[in-house]
Amino acid sequence: MSILVNKDSNIIVQGITGSNGSFHAKQCLDYGSKIIAGVTPGKGGQEVHGIPVYNTVHQACAKHRVDATMIYVPAAFAADAIFEAIDAKVPLIITITEGIPVLDMAKVKSALDRSDSRMIGPNCPGIITPDEAKLGIMPGYIHKKGNIGVVSRSGTLTYEGVYQLTTRGLGQSTCVGIGGDPVPGSNFIDIIELFHQDENTQAILMMGEIGGSAEEDAAEFIKREVKKPVIGFIAGATAPPGRTMGHAGAIISGGKGTAQAKKEVMRACGITVVDSPADMGETIAQVLG
Amino acid sequence: MNIHEYQAKILFRNFDIPTLKGTIVHDPKEAAKAAQDLGTSAPWVVKAQIHAGGRGKGGGVKLAKSLDEVSEYAKQIMSKPLVTHQTGPQGKVVHKLLIEEGCKIDREFYLACVLDRATSSVVVMASTEGGVDIEQVAEETPDKIFKVYIDPAIGFMPYHGRSLAFALGLSKPLQKQFGSLVKQLVQLFLAKDCSIAEINPLVITSDEQIIALDGKINFDGNALYRHPDIKEFHDPSEEDKRDLEAAKWGLNYVGLEGNIGCMVNGAGLAMATMDIIKGHGGDPANFLDVGGGASQEMVCQAFQLILSDPNVKSVLVNIFGGIVKCDVLAQGILDALKQVDLSVPLVVRLEGTNVEKGRAILESSDVDVISAIGMKEAAEKAVHAANQGV
Repeated sequence: MSILVNKDSNIIVQGITGSNGSFHAKQCLDYGSKIIAGVTPGKGGQEVHGIPVYNTVHQACAKHRVDATMIYVPAAFAADAIFEAIDAKVPLIITITEGIPVLDMAKVKSALDRSDSRMIGPNCPGIITPDEAKLGIMPGYIHKKGNIGVVSRSGTLTYEGVYQLTTRGLGQSTCVGIGGDPVPGSNFIDIIELFHQDENTQAILMMGEIGGSAEEDAAEFIKREVKKPVIGFIAGATAPPGRTMGHAGAIISGGKGTAQAKKEVMRACGITVVDSPADMGETIAQVLG
Repeated sequence: MNIHEYQAKILFRNFDIPTLKGTIVHDPKEAAKAAQDLGTSAPWVVKAQIHAGGRGKGGGVKLAKSLDEVSEYAKQIMSKPLVTHQTGPQGKVVHKLLIEEGCKIDREFYLACVLDRATSSVVVMASTEGGVDIEQVAEETPDKIFKVYIDPAIGFMPYHGRSLAFALGLSKPLQKQFGSLVKQLVQLFLAKDCSIAEINPLVITSDEQIIALDGKINFDGNALYRHPDIKEFHDPSEEDKRDLEAAKWGLNYVGLEGNIGCMVNGAGLAMATMDIIKGHGGDPANFLDVGGGASQEMVCQAFQLILSDPNVKSVLVNIFGGIVKCDVLAQGILDALKQVDLSVPLVVRLEGTNVEKGRAILESSDVDVISAIGMKEAAEKAVHAANQGV
């Protein structure tokens, strides 16, 4: 069991003929992901890695059952690609693209809320269910099949956390990178709710960072609903206020969204918070005994 | 991206938001003439143009009762550092002055548009507590801030303006003026991809006119590609030299006060690396994300940037190789070091794809690299090296 994706998920890739899209489509195929089609406007009829390319998402959906799409379209055109996927009723949209204007994302979020589609990202590494399906840019081999659900706003920090788990023999049910933007398609609360319902997930590792209030919102939800152990880390305790720390969403503004405030709320809600990023794996091992 | 007050007011005028008459001057000698040319009678206001709030309290905004006073204040302020609560103790040097006509203020309000992350909508905030630090108002008397939420897919509706006008207790003739001003501000915010568009204070004059007395606008850097007109407003003299250099190379860099330089791939891991340095008693000199790709050229530029900071006493490189393999990165670090003069200890922590090969490359080289396994060991070694003061 896992959340969102498994070995039977039929996946399409929007932007498959671009260098990023093509490279990562191959990496995902090699991992075992069921990529069945690609979409690039004007490149319909071609093939990439033996996968048929269509001009529109609707055309791909007419020929195949599509469970998920992975979007590698450049930032200036990404919102358009997401709207197209929503319009074609693709249930799961994984947007890897970084640098989408935030007002574009606010409009996307408004459309998502009125649809049955769920989006992960943008500005994220994607999602992986170890040994079943990889939809993203993460290195597949560091993951191991198991029972820890991982959710994070970061890319390489997620790999760090996963690596700490895997080297201690702790596998993952699914790892979800929700991305570092101020307006993400899905937030901690959405993913943690899925882990909460997933029988195979025994514990949850959440890696947050400064900015916004997604961690606090999730903490309140965890306190109310989640009985599984949750271990958390917040990056950016040393970040200066008012500066964007790489991720568009990682900014302390008006004294709000500090690591310290997030950790306090999380601890008060029963989450085991680690102060050192080196202690994530070890702490989960201890909590699980 | 930030812009100056006078630039914000250019945009306000383009969007029919009322402002006072004003001229920008680059030389204090031009100030009196500029004031005279406005064609208004005394007083005038001399306003320092820097990218920071709190200019009034810092002495950067002066009311001049005569043309002589305009000259005098202009001389006082121009070309000198202005210190406010947002500039840091060294202040920011004033290169431009806005000379504006005066007006008779009856009441001061606060009005701003920002994106609300929690609801992913545009929130318009208004308050009767204008002209003061709004963060303080939010902290102490949050009930004095009124908000309306606007779906960016739908945009402004007249009731948004009405709701705020009633909340502020505006008289009937002012309600209409105010409503259309809110509409224009929201349109400006949406049309130009602002991240904040703030009027503080928004004043009501003694003859019942609503005027944007001050303006602050920031823009979403990710949307600048579709606003060449806004890009033109960019003032490099307002930015830290290292920040400009970093931006040129596509590096995410934030200079800090500490002495341990950091180079990390990925923003989250970069913040976590700073945190663990602090956790081991050290102090990071910077945040630097070389990106998931981290090409050799970027690594080289990153080293140069870190080492241009004279405070740096050791450097910690923390790379988690994913798609980019550790052996390629190790070679990139060595090649970069051939081009930069490394005068402080270098601690490198590699993990991920082909890590054994990567570590072997570093160990077999003649460059003095302190290798570390795991973030904890890396932080300990970097802090130790910095404290040795080598």
